[in-house]
Amino acid sequence: MSITNLENKDFIEGTWETEINVANFIKKNYMAFYGDETFLRLPTQRTAKLLKVLEELQEKEKERGGVLDVDTSTVSSLTNYQPGYIDKENEIIVGLQTDGPLKRGVNPFGGIKMVRTACSAYEYTISDKIEQEFQYRTTHNDGVFRVYTDEMKKARRSGIITGLPDSYGRGRIIGDYRRVALYGVDILICDKESDKKKLGQKLMDVENIRLSEELYQQISFLNKLKEMAEMYGCDISKPAKNAVEAVQWLYFAYLAAIKEQNGAAMSLGRVSTFLDIYIERDMKKGLLTEEGAQELIDQLVIKLRCARHLRTPEYNELFGGDPMWITESIGGMCEDGITLVTKSSYRFLQTLYNLGTSPEPNLTILWSERLPQSFKKYCAKVSIETNSIQYENDDLMRPTYGDDYGIACCVSAMKIGKQMQFFGARCNLPKLLLMAINGGRDEKTGGIIGNEMDVYQGDVLNYGEVMERFNKYSKWLCSLYVNTMNVIHYMHDKYAYEKVQMALHDTEVQRFMAFGVAGLSVIVDSLSAIKYAKVQIIRDENGLIVDFAIEGSFPKFGNDDDKVDEIAVSLLKNFNEELHKTPAYRNSEHTLSVLTITSNVVYGKKTGCTPDGRKKGEPFAPGANPMHNREVNGALASANSVAKLPYECCRDGISNTFSIIPEALGKKSSEQVDNLVNILEGYFTQKAHHMNVNVIDRKMLLEAFNDPSVYPNLTIRVSGYAVNFHKLSKEQQQEVINRTFHEVM
Amino acid sequence: MSEIVGRIHSIQTLGTVDGPGVRFVVFMQGCLLRCPYCHNPDTWSLTEGTETTTDELFNKIKRYKPYFGKIGGVTISGGEPLLQAEFVLELISQCKKNNIHTAIDTSGTIYNSLIIKIIELVDLVLLDVKMNSNELYQKYIGVCLDNVLKFLYELEIKETNTWIRQVIVPNINDTKESVESLCSIVSNYKCVEKIELLPFRKLCLEKYKNLGIEFPFDIYPQANDENMKILNSYICNFDNKK
Repeated sequence: MSITNLENKDFIEGTWETEINVANFIKKNYMAFYGDETFLRLPTQRTAKLLKVLEELQEKEKERGGVLDVDTSTVSSLTNYQPGYIDKENEIIVGLQTDGPLKRGVNPFGGIKMVRTACSAYEYTISDKIEQEFQYRTTHNDGVFRVYTDEMKKARRSGIITGLPDSYGRGRIIGDYRRVALYGVDILICDKESDKKKLGQKLMDVENIRLSEELYQQISFLNKLKEMAEMYGCDISKPAKNAVEAVQWLYFAYLAAIKEQNGAAMSLGRVSTFLDIYIERDMKKGLLTEEGAQELIDQLVIKLRCARHLRTPEYNELFGGDPMWITESIGGMCEDGITLVTKSSYRFLQTLYNLGTSPEPNLTILWSERLPQSFKKYCAKVSIETNSIQYENDDLMRPTYGDDYGIACCVSAMKIGKQMQFFGARCNLPKLLLMAINGGRDEKTGGIIGNEMDVYQGDVLNYGEVMERFNKYSKWLCSLYVNTMNVIHYMHDKYAYEKVQMALHDTEVQRFMAFGVAGLSVIVDSLSAIKYAKVQIIRDENGLIVDFAIEGSFPKFGNDDDKVDEIAVSLLKNFNEELHKTPAYRNSEHTLSVLTITSNVVYGKKTGCTPDGRKKGEPFAPGANPMHNREVNGALASANSVAKLPYECCRDGISNTFSIIPEALGKKSSEQVDNLVNILEGYFTQKAHHMNVNVIDRKMLLEAFNDPSVYPNLTIRVSGYAVNFHKLSKEQQQEVINRTFHEVM
Repeated sequence: MSEIVGRIHSIQTLGTVDGPGVRFVVFMQGCLLRCPYCHNPDTWSLTEGTETTTDELFNKIKRYKPYFGKIGGVTISGGEPLLQAEFVLELISQCKKNNIHTAIDTSGTIYNSLIIKIIELVDLVLLDVKMNSNELYQKYIGVCLDNVLKFLYELEIKETNTWIRQVIVPNINDTKESVESLCSIVSNYKCVEKIELLPFRKLCLEKYKNLGIEFPFDIYPQANDENMKILNSYICNFDNKK
């Protein structure tokens, strides 16, 4: 295969020329940048005008209850809509999901019921035509429910496992959108055709037949991708010749993915350093100025901020704030020890100033001890001023994922174009504990969920006995959980396969199956109370255990106290081991995350009183965070507790949200920047995985809560993403306010 | 290794306002002064708090070394840390042995041979100069400014880096004259690196209520940010001289 063309012959050669290998292209051609942010430029007039139009539309969207418009008569796909524009004469990068900005499409492949509910929530109805078409089509959701067992349905309904992607796109797959820019679509088609031919020589067993059909679909959608770009007047069959084309080609590829799929998290990958190569080349040739370079990135980001999916109110309860998780991973180090930070890493962060703060794209810094000091400082400054970025430990992930991985959603690492994951939501650990002591019964209804036995006898909870029960129920749940996921992902592959995204992966792809836990600090503190204090049982009239009385004190997670932190560590290890005992669909590798998005509120609502003193219905802490206000030794003790959680058995990520008032970070702003850099440094050298940083006053949140007009664009970070505070429900807002804010003593 | 027992009120693992950089702050229990604006009345009692050994405490401190960077470290505050000089000396020695920067936050009103050892060893002293004359000191604090200056003189002799700190209370010391007088009092001491003016705040009101004691300076308003900015501009001159 020869893939060089005349325009690109000035790139440095490498194996990328004879095989699909973007990482090799980057390493051969990028220029690390060690300077500071002073080279950055403000938005151009064109960008400013475009932004103004978008802001007006966003305002209207808000007025209309969060949805500007829905096209109810077209099924979302690559070529089903006429080209759409925000403000054609000022747009350098083109392409919208539907024929108008912020207008949402309908995507019934995951499940038609979900689309019906979502439409009616905003007073729309899907057209008869679509209803009729889908009468004769099996959706992903139909498939799953044909196979779900009664036990799976009960576990799902009770909320022991929640948020399963069984009625919408699973997401969490990152296409290597850079391939389209580097190679053009024709070469990618050619490569896939050759893979299909080779596969045809092998035994036609179930695996190979399935893969062969998938390759057919991939090729067919690569052709549609070309067609889609043609509708916008672009021929993307050949490689991009310059920076404008590189950005445009790459964006078309991403656009095709979000037209085809409504996955919960549709991440972008790791594009900034890749694009920087084209930008630097054009600048050297005198074709592009710094203003022009920033304009390209600004305009790409404007497009990303236009991305929308139509969701139901129930979905929004779990994933508040209308998120897309267009996660872009920035920075990190090359395996040879040179940083991957380029000027475009800065340019992406600069969009938070040029276009205002925003939750999307979800800018994620891959932090390494060896990142250039000036970049660390710039990131800290941006964090303090915008609350819009998160940090993940590159030194921890690089040994496993190499130096061309990206983050899907919040904290899920994967090699771009080489690995994918089957997203599996999460299980509610505190509820599982309550179910264990109640002998398989739901503590709220008394109904049997599964694995029935006697309710715990006696008046006081004994640690040994409770653990024995808990382990029994973990075993039961882990097996049920893996099996449920197997059903979901079999059906997703069958009825809602990601054709464009998988076309932008290697044909032989490594798969993960990503499980999750919620309420870690609640169950850990509960077990600590049982172990170190005296927890008396309170029963209802039917003998069901519904509340507890605690005598004495007990160590709590978040104080850097091994006595309790070790409970958390061993719990995660055991849970992960237990999951591995049930084989996962398509030989995927089991991984585990400690992450909740905003679902910690819903999980709390669905869970009775817990032995740590948390009352029925009260929210859990998000992700791996300690419970609110139980940390008494300050922010770093809390961080140290979370840092102990072992990444090797939580390979899908450990999320920690750190909220601090500005004054507690230092007196002068330069001190605040330096101190934040040191906090991140200290946290990550202890092998911690992730940190969301909010530098914000609780007072400000309260004002925003009471009067949304005071800070209309207030962005904060929750779990693994940023969100506009006003897009959260009042309950979710309240929970954010109640969280621990580290203050000055 | 030794097992000296001290009484501590609490620890704060992320301190950024008591000394340079990110700091582990130990609040020692016990103080003999009753400053009318005191922020931590819960640290006054000599009998409350938690008993801990220097080893126990140092083992905690060690865990935070990754966060200290080039300039951070440990600050021993209180209460009055020098009331437990033996404990503080031992803790500082352990920190120094492990290359951890140390600071004490003191009123500079007590003084003995152990304390001399501390100020020889410690990297930085945050010294409260609460008022600018003997009269005001007597009136509000119950000790003499001269005592504090004697302490400062010792710091000068031992060449211990010192930051002078003063709480600014509206209607008492929030004037240009007052700040300039503070500058002139300390300007002859080469050991003084910095003067910090701390705004008077009433966030501690709840603590006083819980303890059932009166907050003597409740009658004064909090220091406002604007005025603090202006007052701080008067100490800029001082910094420039250095």
